[in-house]
Amino acid sequence: MLLIRCPYCEEERPELEFRNAGEAHIVRPTNIAGESDDDFEKFFFIRANPKGVIYERWRHIHGCARFFNAVRDTVTDKFVMTYKAGEPKPAKLPGASK
Amino acid sequence: MNPAFRIPGAGRLSQAKTASFSFDDKSYAGIEGDTLASALLANGVHLVGRSFKYHRPRGFLSAGAEEPNALVQIVRDDARKTPNVRATVQELYDGLTAHSQNRWPSLAFDVGAVNDLASPMFSAGFYYKTFMWPKSAWKNLYEPKIRAAAGLGVSPDRPDPDHYAARYAHCEVLVLGGGAAGIAAALAAAETGVRVILADEQAEFGGSLRFESGAKIDGENGFAWAQGAIAKLKAMDNVRLLPRTTAFGYYAQNFVSLVERVSDHLKSPGRELARERLWQVRARRVVLATGAIERHMVFADNDRPGIMLASAARTYLNHYGVAVGRNVGVYTANDSAYAAAIDLKKAGVNVAAIVDLRDNPTGPAIDEARGLGIEINFGRAVIRAGGKLRVSSMTVQPKNGGGERTIPVDAILMSAGWTPSVHLFSQSRGKVAFNEETRRFVPGTYAQDCVSIGACNGTDGLDATIDEAYAAGAKAAKEAGGKAGKSAKPKVDASESWSRGMLGAAPGAGPDTTVKAFVDFQNDVTAKDIRQAVHEGMHSIEHVKRFTTNGMATDQGKTSNMHGLAIAAETLGKPIPQVGLTTFRAPYTPVTFGSIVGHARGALFDPTRRTATHPWAAAHGAVFEDVGQWKRAWYFPRAGEDMHAAVNRECVTVRKVAGLFDASTLGKIEVVGPDAAKFMGLLYTNPWEKLEPGRCRYGIMLREDGFIYDDGVVGRLAPDRFHVTTTTGGAPRVMHHMEDYLQTEFPHLNVWLTSITEQWAVIAVQGPKSREIIAPLVEGIDMSDEALPHMSVREGKICGVPTRLFRMSFTGERGFEVNVPADYGEAVWEALWAEGQKHGATAYGTESMHVLRAEKGYIIVGQDTDGTVTPNDAGLDWAGGKKKTDFVGIRGMARSDLVAKGRKQLVGLKTKDPKVVLEEGAQIVEDPKQAIPMKMIGHVTSSYWSENCGRSIALAMVAGGRDRMGQTLYVPMPSGTIEVEVTGMVFVDEKGERLNG
Ligand SMILES: [Zn+2]
Repeated sequence: MLLIRCPYCEEERPELEFRNAGEAHIVRPTNIAGESDDDFEKFFFIRANPKGVIYERWRHIHGCARFFNAVRDTVTDKFVMTYKAGEPKPAKLPGASK
Repeated sequence: MNPAFRIPGAGRLSQAKTASFSFDDKSYAGIEGDTLASALLANGVHLVGRSFKYHRPRGFLSAGAEEPNALVQIVRDDARKTPNVRATVQELYDGLTAHSQNRWPSLAFDVGAVNDLASPMFSAGFYYKTFMWPKSAWKNLYEPKIRAAAGLGVSPDRPDPDHYAARYAHCEVLVLGGGAAGIAAALAAAETGVRVILADEQAEFGGSLRFESGAKIDGENGFAWAQGAIAKLKAMDNVRLLPRTTAFGYYAQNFVSLVERVSDHLKSPGRELARERLWQVRARRVVLATGAIERHMVFADNDRPGIMLASAARTYLNHYGVAVGRNVGVYTANDSAYAAAIDLKKAGVNVAAIVDLRDNPTGPAIDEARGLGIEINFGRAVIRAGGKLRVSSMTVQPKNGGGERTIPVDAILMSAGWTPSVHLFSQSRGKVAFNEETRRFVPGTYAQDCVSIGACNGTDGLDATIDEAYAAGAKAAKEAGGKAGKSAKPKVDASESWSRGMLGAAPGAGPDTTVKAFVDFQNDVTAKDIRQAVHEGMHSIEHVKRFTTNGMATDQGKTSNMHGLAIAAETLGKPIPQVGLTTFRAPYTPVTFGSIVGHARGALFDPTRRTATHPWAAAHGAVFEDVGQWKRAWYFPRAGEDMHAAVNRECVTVRKVAGLFDASTLGKIEVVGPDAAKFMGLLYTNPWEKLEPGRCRYGIMLREDGFIYDDGVVGRLAPDRFHVTTTTGGAPRVMHHMEDYLQTEFPHLNVWLTSITEQWAVIAVQGPKSREIIAPLVEGIDMSDEALPHMSVREGKICGVPTRLFRMSFTGERGFEVNVPADYGEAVWEALWAEGQKHGATAYGTESMHVLRAEKGYIIVGQDTDGTVTPNDAGLDWAGGKKKTDFVGIRGMARSDLVAKGRKQLVGLKTKDPKVVLEEGAQIVEDPKQAIPMKMIGHVTSSYWSENCGRSIALAMVAGGRDRMGQTLYVPMPSGTIEVEVTGMVFVDEKGERLNG
């Protein structure tokens, strides 16, 4: 069972308290009704499935209930870091070699 | 009476404490502290099982957890018949009853052994080759037969009456393995004051000190030192000792699962003791001191009972005081077997000969054996064992060929060397490295905060092990925040040391294809099988493993993996690291389902949610149904009524008089804040800004893809306060969905969301007499149609307690939903019931609720919709805000395929024969005479007998359904085709007049 750091609680808590909520940094268009089919497809259907670093949303559902962002390595399963919702993608990851 | 093979003065058990037991219905005497294995061996019993595939007679290979052969069934009573218990692990208790497995009719004469004679048929990959065709025969013929023949014990057929405990624990240093290394590491760590857990699979700590007679630490015999050290650790508050506890899984971030056998060793455990306890430990640092496992020699018929690991024979002698034979042979490729020969010889057992595959080894062990007058043969191999139910001889030959010599023996002690137990290290995702010099895999690259010490790290010799362990324990504790320790490192005065050995098949495994030289005893895999697998094209060890099943039995190849790998590498002509090692997976040893499940079974499997009126409903004969975790009253049968009769009466009474229904399980969310209306507008298709406080609206929630996600009536209590209801099953996910948008897409909105599902009990009072039933109990609310019209809400009091009184209807009748604080739910229900009785009202359950709403064509999200239904498909376009420019789903529902013609639409169906009730889920076709497979154009979503209509009614999703009004369609069923007519969805009171009736 993974330990996940909630950036709001500022604590590492067991995975059981959390729920994954899909890929992060996908912004809902402000004029969504006017989106073209292609743009809506990109926004709604297309998701990254990288081998390596992935940016995800998680929710501390059985804790403070906040959604936050996380960087996870899909190869090692390790959480690289977590940060609050609304914060930009980190420019540099801790311990990143490439 | 002293069993024949118990050596007076040998071992550590007290001869006075006897325990009697039975094996295959024969009684034997043992001693407390014995394992079932040592007790059987003390009685001269070696034959204890039949092998999995060939039904070959098998005895004990080991004295520990790695045992592949000696699997027995332990029977306490009818419900407690544990199969596949390793006799080498099972502690003896007085009255223990054990049976052998996988034999019929008896252990000595087993009909299945014909497989042994027919074995060419069963060679590597035989499952894949032999039973390929026809497909159906696998399911109906081959698999059942194979399963019946190749069993590993019998499962109990009654519920497990035992209970299983579970504990979470945290510590700074978790030490896995309680041999010399683990104990030394725990001592060093414990002295720093940090929390230490030391676990070992045996009943007594000490590991290989149990048999290493040559070990001396701090002036004491090794095992005695271990007991002293354990006593010291036990006295420390910061140390938890877990004997009889196996670490079986090593997961991310130093999370380790262990299972403690709490009471399997007790005669009468009693109800208060758990059988096993699952420990889930999170440790800052893990110290792996899991030791090494001795390998057997691979030669023909090396599986005969009486042939065992040299260290096992030593353990039986030095710890249990049992000689495994009277005239033993030794076959080895390393020094450690010499120590076994020496110990047995000194105990009075004749050692017929030592056969050493090595050419001219030297060393103190060899000198000592020679000094005791034991015959030693270098450069020779045992090419065959004689005997069937028990080994009777070993045939020796120079390893490069030459004359054979057969030596009578009653046991063979073998050692091909030692394999470091890197299982847990590997599970931690550490990468092992092959040491070319010592030819073994040892921990290489670490993936977690752990360290391997002693034999599992490839460290040879007690001196080096204690040094390494003590330093590692201190370092781990310091890294985890411990203070500097003060006491001294244990001093090793004398030790045994050995290393090397051989991997793979010895000359006795022969090129002869009829030879059975076992690599994997539990799965009956021979050296020949592995060679054959390579010859048939399996070049990766992962393929070889699956093709031969080598290492795939419940012992997970503890003794066989390295041999199998070496034989594959040799056949391939590649170095071992290039062929690779298979992955180690949890569990290290088999784990019971009970320990994994723990208390989570029966009533504790899942929480049960009961509404406030549950006791009343139960007292009034309600039959309940499970709706998610909720228990809901399904129907209220009166004397003599079946479900059908009860539901008919309930439905008719509601439309004639009135009915009371507990709607408390509906999800309820309060949406509050200055931007509440704006937020509601974004989350629902409907317009909310203009909804006046005090009024209600039926809301439809979509996902971004445009499909219906949930629905429910929403009351606006104030400009900034909405009381939202959701479906019973949808409550948590709707809340999650709302929070998601509020927190991440619309965080600028000033809104708070609160789940109030459990705060309010909801009593629906529906029917023409509903107002008359409620009104006498209500204070402060004008109940007239003008003041409280359909779809409105008022706050006031009922029976003196606060209420949110909704005028709304899920039946099509004049109706109310009385919300009261849940604590008052039952009292208010009782009061309403008393009023209702005056009018002849009924209580009704979920079944009647379903029928009544279907009569009105009201949908149930999740029954009439399935996640691919748009509001238009469901005929709910009217609910959408036409002028809205944004809400969740607005773009998704505009996708071309969602607005295309011919989509399935929700319609009503009437069977031509009114008495026929359709089956929900049944498929609908246009032409019943078309060829199979027919073109299905829809399916039935809801179907009931409607007593109010005097006929059956149904709702269905039908392609282009709204353009098919009046059309005849067909529902083909196994018993014949049913004719139906497409209709509107409203079967009762099409004009909706009864809402004010
Ligand atoms: Zn949190």
